[in-house]
Amino acid sequence: MPSGRSPNHESPSRAARLWGSAGFRFALASTALFAFCVIFIGALIFFSTTTLIERQVSDTVGAELRGLAEQYRQEGRPGLIAAVNRRSGPLGEREGVYLLTDPGGRPVAGNLSGWPAPVEPNGEWVRLTIRRAGDEESSPLLVGARGFLLSDGSRLLVGRDMRAVESFRESLLQILGLGLVVSLAIGSLGGWSLSRRLLRRIDNISATSRQIIGGDLGQRVSRDGNGDEFDRLAISLNQMLDRIEALMTGMRLVTDSLAHDLRSPLTRIKGRIELALRNGEDSESLRQTLEQTLAELDIIQGTFNSLLAIAEAEAGVSRSSLVEIDLRDLAADVAELYQPAAEDRGLVLTADVSTVPLPVRAHRQLLAQAMANLLDNAIKYTLPDGDITLAAKLEEGRPTLVIGDRGPGIPPEQREKVFERFVRLDSSRSHPGSGLGLSLVSAVAKLHGSEIVLSDNNPGLKVVWRFPPSS
Amino acid sequence: MVPNRGGSGVRVLIVEDDEKTAGYMAKGLGESGHLVDRAADGHEGLFLASENPYDIIVLDRMLPKLDGLAVLQALRTQGVGTPVLILSALANVDERVKGLKAGGDDYLTKPFAFSELLARLEVLAKRSGAPGVQTRLGYADLEMDLLARKVKRAGKPIDLQPREFRLLEYLLRRAGQTVTRTMLLEGVWDYHFDPQTNVIDVHISRLRQKIDKGFDRPLLQTVRGAGYALRTEP
Repeated sequence: MPSGRSPNHESPSRAARLWGSAGFRFALASTALFAFCVIFIGALIFFSTTTLIERQVSDTVGAELRGLAEQYRQEGRPGLIAAVNRRSGPLGEREGVYLLTDPGGRPVAGNLSGWPAPVEPNGEWVRLTIRRAGDEESSPLLVGARGFLLSDGSRLLVGRDMRAVESFRESLLQILGLGLVVSLAIGSLGGWSLSRRLLRRIDNISATSRQIIGGDLGQRVSRDGNGDEFDRLAISLNQMLDRIEALMTGMRLVTDSLAHDLRSPLTRIKGRIELALRNGEDSESLRQTLEQTLAELDIIQGTFNSLLAIAEAEAGVSRSSLVEIDLRDLAADVAELYQPAAEDRGLVLTADVSTVPLPVRAHRQLLAQAMANLLDNAIKYTLPDGDITLAAKLEEGRPTLVIGDRGPGIPPEQREKVFERFVRLDSSRSHPGSGLGLSLVSAVAKLHGSEIVLSDNNPGLKVVWRFPPSS
Repeated sequence: MVPNRGGSGVRVLIVEDDEKTAGYMAKGLGESGHLVDRAADGHEGLFLASENPYDIIVLDRMLPKLDGLAVLQALRTQGVGTPVLILSALANVDERVKGLKAGGDDYLTKPFAFSELLARLEVLAKRSGAPGVQTRLGYADLEMDLLARKVKRAGKPIDLQPREFRLLEYLLRRAGQTVTRTMLLEGVWDYHFDPQTNVIDVHISRLRQKIDKGFDRPLLQTVRGAGYALRTEP
């Protein structure tokens, strides 16, 4: 019902509303969690990769140092100097840093002008910034190095330029940072659009609710028809609203009906009593007035009870008290109850029950009352010497009740109308009755999930009442 | 409120909070020869019912302080077996079942006719001392054998349909007492609604044809404005 949204929203600002919405907060929380995961994995990749690379370099340096020490043992100091000079020379390692000092600490060979302070001659891996001898102009190098003390007190240093490793580390950091930004953007955009979608669909439901609160009980939540949770929620809400509307309508009908059918007898009672009081009648006529009033009150009470029974059946409150019964037993019982009354009027009431059981989940009292109402009508309207039939049988797998009379019948166009309350086709109201009998039948039929069809009995009325097949 | 003592009728406790309803019930029952005590709320009702031996208690369901069903349950827990007739504005069958399950012996919906109340109350009060299983019932020269399902009047067999048999059995068990049409519909047919046509009257007149026709003294009497009774004099 988006078109029916009320123009003057009394809700707070859009941002506040967004912040206040569960969908948005959910999206935000999931984005934060997402970001945390990306940062964690990034950090893991970053530290493990850079540590691995640096360890490789330091291992290489360690191996080289051991190689040079071996050379010193085999070829002595001159061999070592030659090797150091070769490696630090223009044909040696471009990224290498070498220094050999005598025991006094003066440089003997290599490409450094002096022993760097942070390095101890104990073989430990140390990172430091340093300048090579000969290129003091350029920026200092980031170097990883190890120092070694030779047996004659000379010191040997081997190092590697770490700038390549450093720039790899920097670009890795950049890539990971970019990845984080992109994934955050995607996450929050997704969360935003998801929350917008949720908000819109929930807004739709609240807009419908507001309209219903405003008094338009006919409104229903619109559906997407895609069968998701919101669609199912909309279906349930609409079914609930249908039920509430039906109950409300029923309630209104009951009050209307009460007003309609109780007003006139109450008016008669009031008038009669007032008249009797004003005329100062003798005790015999006062007694008559009281008796008439009592009879009138009995009629009112009857109407009242019928309406309550209809309301009970329609509200479905007694659905829990449905029990399995055999329709044949009830049919035979009710027929037996009415047989003498029919015979008294010169009518023949025959009950024809099936030989197979007809199990029906039923509210025995209400069903019996409905059947009694149908038989009562049949007896009331059937002309003398006519016959009334009550059959209980299985038709197309469904327990079925058929009641046929020989009365005037009901014209096809009026067959639906008779189930409404207080409808009496006989406008002269020459037959007694409240006009509620068939309304009760209709309500009881609905309670039992059954259906009633009225047709021509040629002549007379045929009522076919089909119950759901027993499982 | 001190309970009445002495006299002949049935000792009745009315627990009803509506002053006027209680008043007119008490007046009517008093005029019918019964002794009436009244309680206006659940606590007082429970107290009086536990302290005094009544023949019957008329108990409204909706009471101040303690609900009628709670009073009933408390009484039954204490072992007080006095028959209880529940009065209620709640008419539907499920409510009736609830009342009877709580230990009520009969259930009458408001508004009710006084004759209905009186008939049910007298039948219930007498039933309290009833013996266990009976195999034979009888009244005047009418005999009923419940095992052989045979009925005789003055030694002459009477042929009854199953329903007529049950109707007569119901009347015989309450011989001398008035039973209303509603009581018959409930007791014999187990229906708790009001059939618009007076179907019960027709059944009674059939039964009357069979048991009274050809005998000097009619036994099945019509009690005007109330119902029927199996009695030797009208």
